[in-house]
Amino acid sequence: MTVAMIDVENVSRAFDVLRAVDDVSLSVGEGETVGIIGTNGSGKTTLLNLITGYLQPTSGRILFQGTDITGIGPRRVTALGVARSFQTPQLYAGLTVLDNVLIAIATHSGRALDFWTPLYRRDCLSKADALLARFALREQASGTVANLPEGGRKVLDVALSVLLEPKLLLMDEPTSGVSARDKFSLMDTLMPALAERRITTIFVEHDLEIIERYAQRAVAFDGGKIIADGPVADVLARAAVRRAVLGED
Amino acid sequence: MIETAPRSSLPLAAVATLAALAVLPLFLSDWIVFLIALALAKGAVVLGVVMLLRGGLISFGHALYFAIGAYTVGFLANRFGIGEALVALPLAIVISAVVAAALGLLLARFRGIYFAMLSLALSMILYTVLIKFYDFSGGTDGLSVRGFALAGITPAHPGLVQYYLVLVLTAAVVYVGGRFLASPLGYLMQAVRYNEIRIEYLGASASHAILASYVVSGAVSGLGGALTAYLVGHVSPEFAFWVYSGDFVFVAVLGGTGSVFAPLVGSVAFEFVKNYALKFSPHTWQLTLGVFLLLVIYFQPKGLWSLLTRLRARPR
Amino acid sequence: MNILPIILIDGIGFASWLFLVSAGITFIFGVLRILNVAHGSLYAIGAYLGATFILGLPGQEQRSWVTLPLLLLAAVAVGLTVGPLIERLFLRRVYGADEVIGLLTTFALFLILEDVVRLIWGIEPYLVDGPFRLFGRVRVAGVAFAGYPFLLTGVAIVAGLMLWLVIHRTSFGRQVTCVINDREMAGALGINVPRIDLMAFALGTFLAALGGAFTAPMMSVEPGMGVSVIVQAFAVVGIGGLGSIGGAALGCIVVGIARAAAVQLFPEIELFVIYALMVAVLLWRPQGLFGAIELRKI
Repeated sequence: MTVAMIDVENVSRAFDVLRAVDDVSLSVGEGETVGIIGTNGSGKTTLLNLITGYLQPTSGRILFQGTDITGIGPRRVTALGVARSFQTPQLYAGLTVLDNVLIAIATHSGRALDFWTPLYRRDCLSKADALLARFALREQASGTVANLPEGGRKVLDVALSVLLEPKLLLMDEPTSGVSARDKFSLMDTLMPALAERRITTIFVEHDLEIIERYAQRAVAFDGGKIIADGPVADVLARAAVRRAVLGED
Repeated sequence: MIETAPRSSLPLAAVATLAALAVLPLFLSDWIVFLIALALAKGAVVLGVVMLLRGGLISFGHALYFAIGAYTVGFLANRFGIGEALVALPLAIVISAVVAAALGLLLARFRGIYFAMLSLALSMILYTVLIKFYDFSGGTDGLSVRGFALAGITPAHPGLVQYYLVLVLTAAVVYVGGRFLASPLGYLMQAVRYNEIRIEYLGASASHAILASYVVSGAVSGLGGALTAYLVGHVSPEFAFWVYSGDFVFVAVLGGTGSVFAPLVGSVAFEFVKNYALKFSPHTWQLTLGVFLLLVIYFQPKGLWSLLTRLRARPR
Repeated sequence: MNILPIILIDGIGFASWLFLVSAGITFIFGVLRILNVAHGSLYAIGAYLGATFILGLPGQEQRSWVTLPLLLLAAVAVGLTVGPLIERLFLRRVYGADEVIGLLTTFALFLILEDVVRLIWGIEPYLVDGPFRLFGRVRVAGVAFAGYPFLLTGVAIVAGLMLWLVIHRTSFGRQVTCVINDREMAGALGINVPRIDLMAFALGTFLAALGGAFTAPMMSVEPGMGVSVIVQAFAVVGIGGLGSIGGAALGCIVVGIARAAAVQLFPEIELFVIYALMVAVLLWRPQGLFGAIELRKI
C-alpha cells in the first residue's frame, strides 16, 4: 500500500465558538493536483495553516508521507518538503525582488547562517536569473518588492514556494490579484512544470475556470466541512456544491 | 544575466582613508590621535549594534559586551599582571562571544521593545555586579590598566603603538563586518525585520539567525571594549551602564545600517563633536544629541549614511 | 530584631515609589504603543517643580502641611503642560511607525529633557525635606520606621484606585479601553483617537510627576535622578507585561519585597535583584505576567 502524500485525519480547529475547520478528513496521493473551492470563511485557508503547522488543530492529526506533522510548525514542515504560497504575498517588502529570491536560494541550500560568503554569488545569481525568467519577473529584479504591482508580488510569492523544490505544494489563491490576461499564462507555466516533477499540488481557488482547467480533483468546503470530494467535473456539477459555492438555487 | 550587487567606490575610499589615518600621528597631537583611536574602538561596538539593528532589533544593552571586553583586559592587567595584548584581546573576544551565545539563547526569543528592554536589563545586571563586588571588580573605583605590551615588547610610546594596533584591528573588523553585511546571514537579518513568517516558510529560523548575529555582534563589541581599556588605561562600571549603550545606539541609528563604514565614521564624528561640545557647553550636549536624533527619525529614518549613498547611486 | 515587618514595610514603600512611574509607562504603552524612555525625566521634572514650589514658601511654611497640596499641584502642572506638549509636538508624528521608532523618539526626548532640567534648575541638588520630617517616625511591630514613606504608599494606592475608577467607570476610560484594544476600530466607531492619545499621555505624565514630586522630600533632587528610576520601572513593566496596570502593580510589589529582603539578607545583590527577576519572569513567560501574545493573521 502506498503511503499518501498528505493525510488529514478528523482535523478540527475552533476559534472560541467558531468551528473554522470541522472534523475534516482528506487524503491526497503523490502527484495529484487538487483544487479546493468554497466561499470565504469556509475553512480553506485555515486548512492550509493547519497542514503547515502555523495553527494547531484542536483535534485530529495530520500525516505527511506517513510522518505525523501535526503542529510541528512551518519551519520543520518546510524542511520536510512542504511549501506554501499565500493569499496575501509574504515577501520582504523593503528588499529587492532579486534579494528575495537569493535569500530563498541561500536558505534552501542550508546557508542561512553563513556570514562569510556573499549572498550575490555567481551560481546563486544564475539560479535566480533562471527562476525570474521562468516567471517573467526578470525586468523587475532590481526593484523593491513594495514597488511591484500586486500581481507581480503574487507571482513572486508563488515562485519562492516553487524554488523550494517541494514534494507537496500548497497554494492559497495563486491567481487572485493577478490580471486576467496573466492568470492563464502563470498557470500554464506553473502547472505543467509541477506535473513534470510529480509535485503534489493542492491549491485553493475562487476562479472556477482555473479549477476546471488545471485540477484533476476538487474538494468543496462549506462551513468548515468538506461537502464534496472527487473529479472536478463531478464535484462542480453537484447541486449542493453549486448552492454553497455559487449561491445558485 | 543579471548583474552582480552594485559595486561601490567605497573600498577605494576606505583604503585611502586607512592610509591617511596611518600617517596622521606625524602631524597631529597625541590627544587627537588618542581620540581617533578611542572613536574607532567604540566604532566596533557600534558595528555590533548595527548588525542587530538590521533585523529591527535595538540592543540597549550592548555596553554589556563593551564592559566584558574592557574588564577582561582590566583583570588580566590589574589582577594577574598580564598586559600582553596578544593574550588579552583574543580572550576578550572569546569571552564576549561565549556570553553572547548564552544570553542570545534567551534574547533571540524576543523582538522589538521586549528585546530592547531585556538587553538593557542584562547589561544592568553586569553593572550592578561590577559595582557591588568590590574585591572582584574594584567597585566604583574600577581597575587601572597598566603594563600594555605587544608581542612581549613594552613600548616606550604605548599610545602610538595602541593607535596602530587599533587601526589594524579596525580594518579587520571592517573586513569581517563587510562580509557579514553582504552574506546570507546579513540579508536574513533584514528579512527578520520585514517578514518572519516568510523566513519560517523558507525552512529557516529567525531565532537562529538572530542568535548567530548576536554572537558575532558580541564578539566584535567585546574587542572594542578591550581596545578601549588599553587606550583609556582604566575600566569602571560605567562601561556597562545603559546610558553608555545609548551612545552606541545613537551613533548606529544616525549612521544607518547600510554600510560597514557608517558606524566608524559616525563614531569618529561623535567623539570629536562630543569632546568639543562638552568643553564649550556641558549642559547642552545631550540636548543636541536628542535634537539630532529626532531630526533623523522624522526626516531620514534610514540614517544619515543613506543620504550619502543615495547621492552616489545612479538609477539603472 | 524582627526582620519580616521591615522587609514588608520597606518593600511596600519601595513598591509604591516604583508604581507611580511604572503605571504611567505601561498605561501610555497600552494606548499609544510607545515605550516612554523619557518617563524618568518627567518624574524628575515633577520632583524639581515640587521642590521649587516648596522653596517658594516662606521659611517655616516649608515644613508645614501646606507643602503637600503644593506637591500635588506640581504634578498636575506637569501633567497639564509638559505632557500635552510632548505628545503633540513629538510623539504624534511617530504613531503607526515601528514600535522601535517610538522607543528611539522617546530616547531622544530623554536626552533633551535631561539637559533642559539642568539648564532650568542647575546642577546643585535641592533639599526639601520639610514634608519628610513632618511625618516623623512611626512604630510598627516594635520597629521604628520613617513616617513619610507611608504617605507615599497612600498616594500610590489612591492613584492606583483613581486610575482603576477612571478606566472602568468613566466614559473616557471606556474610550481608552477601546483604543487600547483596537486603535483603528476605535476611530471607526467615532472615538476621537487623537484626543484620547493626548489625554492618556497627560495622565501618564501626571502619574510620573506625582511620583517625582512626592519623592522629592525623601531624597536630594538632583540631575540624573530620572536615569535610575527608568531602568527599574522598565524591569517592573517587563515583569508585569506591557500595557497591564495590574501587572505593573504586582511587579512592583514583587520587586519591592525582593529588594527589601535583599537589603536585609544579601545586601550585595540588592541592586541586582530587580533585573534578575525580570530575566527570570521573561524566561518563564515571554510576554510578562499579564502581557498579551499576538499571532499574525495570514
